[in-house]
Amino acid sequence: MTRTSAEPVILCERIWKLFGDHPDRYFASLTGTPDYEKIRGDGYIAAVRDVSLSIAKGEMLVIMGLSGSGKSTLVRCMCRLIEVTAGQVRVEGFDIGGLSEKALIDLRRSKMGMVFQNFALLPHRTVLQNVAFPLEMRGQDRVERHDRALEMVRLVGLEGREEYFPRELSGGQQQRVGIARSLAIEPDIWFLDEPFSALDPLIRREMQDEFLRLQELLGKTIVFITHDFDEALRLADRIAIMRDGAIEQVDTPDRIVLEPATDYVRKFTEDVEKARVVHATVLARPLEDGEASDAVRDGNPIPGDSTILALARQLVNDHREFIPVADANGAVTGLLPRTEALAVLFGEQP
Amino acid sequence: MTAIVTGVGAEGNIRAEPDARIRIGRWIILLAVLLAVGRFALPPSLVRPPEWLVWPFADWINFSFNFVKDDLGFIHVTRAFAASVEWLLDVTANLLYGRNRWPRIGPIPWTTIAVTAAVVGYVLNGWRLALLSGGTFVWIAVMGQWRWSMETLSVIIVAAPFSVCLGLVLGTAAARRPWVERLLNPILNIAQSLPHFAYMIPVVVFIGVGPKAGAIVTIVFATPPMIRMTLLGLRKVPSEIIENGHMCGATRWQLLRFVRIPTARTEILVGVNQVIMQCLAMVVLASFIGMPGLGQKLLQLLQALKIGRSVEIGISIVLIAVWLDRCTKAWAQRQPVHFHRDSTWLDRHRILVVWVGLVLLTLAVAQIWPIADVVKRSQALTISKPLDGAVDWVIVMIDPATQWLRGFLIRYVLIPMRDAYLWLPYVSVLLLLAGIGHMIGGMRSALVCAAFFGLIAASGWWDRAMITTYMVSFSVVLAGVFGLPLGIWAAGSKRRSDIVLLVCDTAQTFPSFIYLIPVVMLFGVNDVAAIGAVVTFGTVPMTRYTIEGLRSVPESMLEAADMSGASRFQKLLNVRLPVAFPTIMVGVNQTVMFSLFMVIIAAFIGTQDLGQEMQRALSSTDVGKGLVLGLCVAFMGLMVDHLIIRWSSERKAALGID
Ligand SMILES: Nc1ncnc2c1ncn2[C@@H]1O[C@H](COP(=O)(O)OP(=O)(O)OP(=O)(O)O)[C@@H](O)[C@H]1O
Ligand SMILES: [Mg+2]
Repeated sequence: MTRTSAEPVILCERIWKLFGDHPDRYFASLTGTPDYEKIRGDGYIAAVRDVSLSIAKGEMLVIMGLSGSGKSTLVRCMCRLIEVTAGQVRVEGFDIGGLSEKALIDLRRSKMGMVFQNFALLPHRTVLQNVAFPLEMRGQDRVERHDRALEMVRLVGLEGREEYFPRELSGGQQQRVGIARSLAIEPDIWFLDEPFSALDPLIRREMQDEFLRLQELLGKTIVFITHDFDEALRLADRIAIMRDGAIEQVDTPDRIVLEPATDYVRKFTEDVEKARVVHATVLARPLEDGEASDAVRDGNPIPGDSTILALARQLVNDHREFIPVADANGAVTGLLPRTEALAVLFGEQP
Repeated sequence: MTAIVTGVGAEGNIRAEPDARIRIGRWIILLAVLLAVGRFALPPSLVRPPEWLVWPFADWINFSFNFVKDDLGFIHVTRAFAASVEWLLDVTANLLYGRNRWPRIGPIPWTTIAVTAAVVGYVLNGWRLALLSGGTFVWIAVMGQWRWSMETLSVIIVAAPFSVCLGLVLGTAAARRPWVERLLNPILNIAQSLPHFAYMIPVVVFIGVGPKAGAIVTIVFATPPMIRMTLLGLRKVPSEIIENGHMCGATRWQLLRFVRIPTARTEILVGVNQVIMQCLAMVVLASFIGMPGLGQKLLQLLQALKIGRSVEIGISIVLIAVWLDRCTKAWAQRQPVHFHRDSTWLDRHRILVVWVGLVLLTLAVAQIWPIADVVKRSQALTISKPLDGAVDWVIVMIDPATQWLRGFLIRYVLIPMRDAYLWLPYVSVLLLLAGIGHMIGGMRSALVCAAFFGLIAASGWWDRAMITTYMVSFSVVLAGVFGLPLGIWAAGSKRRSDIVLLVCDTAQTFPSFIYLIPVVMLFGVNDVAAIGAVVTFGTVPMTRYTIEGLRSVPESMLEAADMSGASRFQKLLNVRLPVAFPTIMVGVNQTVMFSLFMVIIAAFIGTQDLGQEMQRALSSTDVGKGLVLGLCVAFMGLMVDHLIIRWSSERKAALGID
């Protein structure tokens, strides 16, 4: 479950982003923590409101929230496409607000990649040239970047359309070009703004698998925006839920559905089938002293990294009060209370 | 339907304020009328601008001009620039028509140039454009106008790239830095409403006369639209595309070179089109400052009333105009198309190969048959004899009618109208304009109007300006009388409007000079001819915008009218015209601009307005006087522009259309 290590790659410290005529001057005049409506009444939009967040190396953080809740803006602050109004963003320990233009360009050339919500393809370049664009900016030579770009175009399944221009492609195909382009430089930190929104379910699934593979393999840090909860569940290590510019809760998917921090999050996740989200380990209570040998004697343990839904049949048929849960190596780590698990399975309030 | 509903709502909201505006405006106009009626009782200083009001602007301009030119040594800069332009002109002159200058390899055979033009036309837009392009050059060569045409084209070839580069640089700077835009905007506004001659006088002072002066005045004149289009294009680049450039680690220069400019390609190429058309218009007019070529020939022939020959030249100019316009427009609209992946080098470059083949062929043919190299004067065809015959016949046929019309117009319309304009005390004109301004845009517009015309009064050219005003206002009314019904008729069906729009588009590409040929043919050289030219020139935008306005009326509104049982006429009167009116007013705006330019150009066929004085200033190279006169014309245009734009945007907002 945890593919992450502790050291944060991106650290947001109380960042704010206001849109309006004189955001800096206005922000300085604010006292305390004013709410969204007050700021709005003053003619400003608080697209990001007092967000603190730390993203560890190799982590995949999924940001969710309604349209206009500030997801894209938050991500743009993290890579300094827009300047924050207040607060600080640290990338690998450096305050990127303080980087010189040159240092920023270097950082982006070597470390960052982004897929844009509206694809942002260059209309006058072919698919291949679009994908090669970041390589060209880095000054890589022609043959090398051609080969690399071709490889990426194949990866996203656009082989045979290398010479097409963006306007000759469908929306989903254009989006794949955007994905291929961001992959071309193998960024360590990857910002994905609804990268699969225009894809059909089949290709979407393929792309998700590809992302998971890359992340597993290369340990990328990924910030991912989506409106699709299923997608979030498949990919996320943690999910951040935003509302009116502020983060309501950042947590693992299990805890978001089991223990929503606010009413808003509860409503947001209301329609989610909890059994599909919650893993056996999360519900299990840890072993107490001496219980280990008893548990093993009690019969076959169930795999902890399965969801309750996947274990449904077993749970219904198994009549033990506490079912032992094992980790990936087969060692028993806890005991799953059956009644609680069944409550989750049938969607009852615990 | 929704548009109507919201329109009413919006109008309801802003009702209160316009009422007060209009009431005050009416009072001001009433005062103006009272002053006019009581003219005999007014002190003279309220009838004509008194001495103390007239400021010596011309002297100040001349003084600062001389300071910049001599004391700051700016003349050396312009001389050096002119020298490099001249060098480029010599190179193109050698290549195109064999002037004896470096690199001394010309002239390129006319057949080679014609096939090259045809191939370019084909690449840009297929066979029809290829035919037009090739045909233009065949006509020019066969009619024995090669040398003049090439003199004209060589200036365009040199001047257009300068204008384009200058426009790109300034436009980019304006797009990046708000203060540059703020600085450039008023300058561009004035520059785009200054008549052609106002540009020529300073150039004559700095550079002298001849081809290089013609080229430089062309460069200066053609740059403003390029700046505008570059700015517009760069502004329109989607922000995500730029952000993507940032994320790919592009430096500022890379961002500009690889992201911003290519993405703004269409607008920039539309700018190139405008530059080239402006160049052509100016090159033809630059004959007034000794620029050889088609314009000069036309000027001489027109002054000698050789109608047949001038028609021939006119056709050449029109062909070149249409050719240049179609090619650059096709270029702007061309979208890249991909080749199949397995295509060979030959597949990809087939047209290049064909072109090289054709060039080699024509070069060889030119060696064998000299006529394929250069068509000599003695070998050239001419249609001037039959043309002259036909024209004479037509003139004899309709002469009684034109004679009568001319006499009638001059005696009963033009002279009384002119006298009336001149009779009006200047204070009442100022008040009248202020009143109209107040009705349309409140206090600010009233001040703007009064200030523009107040400056004209202070320039000392009030009477001349009134003559220009009378000619323009009469012409605009006539243009409306012709253009509006024509537009309404054409907008009746898709086919008709397509055809009329095509005619208008084509006519708009003609250099203004061309419009003088038919009117001189019909009316000779006098005021009526000038008005005729202005009206013809001005009818084109009038018609065009009427059609566009009527055709853009939302379908839902028409359906709603149909359902209410409106007859066709009721529909036109109550729905289509009111909704189209803001667009039509934009047409009126252009008509005024076109008319102002044309009135000034028409000066050389004998008018007594600002244009005539401007010609005098040109021949005595009086920069101050020329610029003051030019600014007077510009102020008239800017005032009308201010009023109409103000009115039509408010109206559009109220109607809920944009
Ligand atoms: N450049 C801008 N100027 C002014 N306001 C902006 C700007 N960019 C975003 N906003 C505002 O900030 C808020 C957040 O926008 P943002 O694009 O971050 O939303 P989002 O969560 O990405 O929405 P979506 O899911 O629709 O993409 C919105 O209310 C938007 O109107
Ligand atoms: Mg977004």
